[in-house]
Amino acid sequence: MARISIENVSVDFPLYHGSARSLKKTVLAAASGRLGEDQRQRVVVEALRNIEIHLQTGDRLGLIGTNGAGKTTLLRTIAGIYEPVHGRVLVEGGLNALLDPQLGMNMDLTGRENIMLRGLYNGYSKQQIRLLEQDVQDFAELGEFLDLPVRFYSSGMVVRLGFGLATAIRPEVLLMDEWFMAGDASFVAKAHTRLESIVRGADILVLSSHITSAVLQWCTRVIWMDHGRIKMDGNAQDVIDCYLGTPALAPALA
Amino acid sequence: MDAISEHTLPRLSHATLDVRSALRPAQRHALAWRDIAGGLGLWRLGVTLGWLDIKLKYRGSVLGPFWLTISTGVMVAAIGGVYGTLFHMALKSYLPFLALSLVLWNVIGGLVSEACTTFTQSDGMIRSVRMPFFVHALRVVVRTIISFLHNLPVIVVTFAIFGVSPGWVCLQSLFGFAVWTVDAFAACFLLGALCARFRDIPPIVGSVMQIAFYITPIVWRADQLGSKGWWLPLNPFDSLLEIVRQPMLGEVASMEVWTLSVVVSAVFCAVAWFVFARVRARLAYWM
Repeated sequence: MARISIENVSVDFPLYHGSARSLKKTVLAAASGRLGEDQRQRVVVEALRNIEIHLQTGDRLGLIGTNGAGKTTLLRTIAGIYEPVHGRVLVEGGLNALLDPQLGMNMDLTGRENIMLRGLYNGYSKQQIRLLEQDVQDFAELGEFLDLPVRFYSSGMVVRLGFGLATAIRPEVLLMDEWFMAGDASFVAKAHTRLESIVRGADILVLSSHITSAVLQWCTRVIWMDHGRIKMDGNAQDVIDCYLGTPALAPALA
Repeated sequence: MDAISEHTLPRLSHATLDVRSALRPAQRHALAWRDIAGGLGLWRLGVTLGWLDIKLKYRGSVLGPFWLTISTGVMVAAIGGVYGTLFHMALKSYLPFLALSLVLWNVIGGLVSEACTTFTQSDGMIRSVRMPFFVHALRVVVRTIISFLHNLPVIVVTFAIFGVSPGWVCLQSLFGFAVWTVDAFAACFLLGALCARFRDIPPIVGSVMQIAFYITPIVWRADQLGSKGWWLPLNPFDSLLEIVRQPMLGEVASMEVWTLSVVVSAVFCAVAWFVFARVRARLAYWM
């Protein structure tokens, strides 16, 4: 049984710019007694505010909202990358977060080396890493490029490698950002079955996307994020209708 | 857990992620400890990352990492020639000392400067997956060890040329290296975290290490200072260097040097631990 429980989670981003990044200036400010004032005036972006979400096996949640609404930050918080300022994030089940195409790939390393690192991260044995390599190679069709540094790849090849690698690993909890829906038509067609199989295989899906048709296709429940808060939460069709309709008049249920 | 099959990849399962805003210090220390334990569990990843860093740095060069060996060898010869003459020292005893000291200092200096980028160099990884921060520290330490191993021939060759044989006492240096390893992880945590927050620290660290190079007995010997060397025990690099260098030169490191090293290391590790436990949850925000 997989479970996600997000209890009253808030995330703040400190904006360090200019002198806040400098030790010398921070020390000077402290010496002249300005530190207290400085701390109170520190610019903070309220990325998430009082988010409460509970998901169980079988749940397919879509996150929609404009740029900067906090969708990606919420995914990163569920993935445990950003630890919340307040609240608690509990995820039971093996988790795989498909957040950006490069997914921390090192562009100077070869495709094969990047695959090996991902396998090691997941605690795979040598044998399993070879399987992973084979699986990704079959999908991405990189040929001899597999042994060349990723920086020599075309952008299409990088996407194929990143996608193939990320989708080779079947998790119980799958977090996905919208770039996974992007790509040229032929790629999308090829990727679709592969994506479908890991989505179906996952106990819980959380998908963040601008593309409402994709959300409607994959998700049963949708949360509309706005300025780091939950603006609306409910049945996929209802929420998307409100979102696409007249956002200004939509009822604020959060 | 899925049966480990020969033909299919196992499904990621049976993991639990429980992240709370940790406010009490005891919780923070528990989480920092869990980070280290998790990182040790992923040791193969940390070692591979460090090894790939070295491979990458020298990819496409004919000699590969042996450039390190050559450049250290040239440095020993050059400094040895000039300072041997300046200090009126017999090269037979001075050069082995110098080769050993320089190689060991390369380890300390190299580690300290690379510790500053422990976390900032892995920013992409830190922002895309949750991973124990210890893995990044292990990566830096492994890199330093590999560089050191490539510099070892300089010591061996110099010792062979001048007929220096330290004997079995040199095994005592392994205890010294053990202390160094613990300090190295502490340095990665402390400097890595501070440099992620304050981006002007690396140049400051660079200048400090430059000064340390000149005030530590590396190209000169402590006994050259005579009675004017009373301040040497105040330099922590001196005793840390001695616990490895003396056994490798065939002498037993003194109790005084050992006590100083252990005390200095303990304080350093405690500071590093507290800083790491305090800021661990914030590191991802600083990338």
